[in-house]
Amino acid sequence: MKPLGDTLSVLAVQFALLSLMAFGGANAVVPEIHRQAVDIRHWMSDREFAALFAIAQAAPGPNFLVSTLIGWKAAGIAGALVATLGMCAPSCVLTYWISKLWDRRREAPWRVAIGAGLAPVAVGLVCSSAFVLARAADRNWRLAAVTGLCAAALSFSRISPLWCLAAAAALGFAGALA
Amino acid sequence: MSEAPSPRQLFVTFLGIALSGFGGVLPFARRTLVERRGWIGADDFNETLALCQSLPGPNVVNLSIVVGARAAGWRGSVAAVTGLVAAPAVIVTALAMLYARFGGIAQTQGALAGLAAAAAGLVVATASRMAAPLLRRRWRLTAPFMLAAFAAVGVLQLPLPYVMAALAPASVALVWRRPG
Repeated sequence: MKPLGDTLSVLAVQFALLSLMAFGGANAVVPEIHRQAVDIRHWMSDREFAALFAIAQAAPGPNFLVSTLIGWKAAGIAGALVATLGMCAPSCVLTYWISKLWDRRREAPWRVAIGAGLAPVAVGLVCSSAFVLARAADRNWRLAAVTGLCAAALSFSRISPLWCLAAAAALGFAGALA
Repeated sequence: MSEAPSPRQLFVTFLGIALSGFGGVLPFARRTLVERRGWIGADDFNETLALCQSLPGPNVVNLSIVVGARAAGWRGSVAAVTGLVAAPAVIVTALAMLYARFGGIAQTQGALAGLAAAAAGLVVATASRMAAPLLRRRWRLTAPFMLAAFAAVGVLQLPLPYVMAALAPASVALVWRRPG
């Protein structure tokens, strides 16, 4: 076991780099996080990694919080804190400055073209995450039906998504989705 | 945007978004910011999200930075991102600790599986709501890029930076030549 300080600095550097590489969001760097945490640093097994990932997906809050859990597993509470900050801070500072620049040129024609041009690509990417998440989650036809029903209910009505989530969790808890 | 929200309002709103965001925050962010608070218009949301997606870092974190900055400068950004991240980070760590003890139980596994399936449905609905205004107005220009991004990243799982590098300039160039 290495001293805690070493592990913390490794976490800080790793996640700060990942933060600046995470184009398209945290899910883009999950394979790299896996490689680092399981194969190179041996902080956890493959199965433990998968479980932590599922917890971060299911828990309330942004999905990048899987970084928090990797930090926790590697170096306890201090590790969780360092990994979370490392994953957020660099990209936040960058986004802040670029968005200032972006908003200052609100009326510029190039700014309008970039905004309107990027929008369909952004929507395509959200469709992609929907597809990837559904494929990972829907291991049988019952789970696929849950996904379909929730999608329909939330596309065509104004009910709160929390009802869908609560109902699905309750069904799963009762063993009806296995 | 009606009246610019204060850092305090930003903190509370993003905390609410984060705490309801089971399985992902984006659906709740759009619902709250666009449909309930009206802090940002539907088109502006798509564009802002696109900007956040083309920058590195977690998308929704970037979104909170931009929305916060517009409303109240760097204080707004700090308030929004803290609301979004702090409480969920504590909760997720607590859950991982619980899971380390009780993870093997069948009911827990079942509930997690149900949650994940419903969460996927949420993202599907968000995608359809985001796509609707674009497709209604100028589908000839937008549908090809939507489909191309979906096919490349969702189906073929190509690396995102390459896909962005190929699609974004082409889409922007087309809009540039045929504005309005």
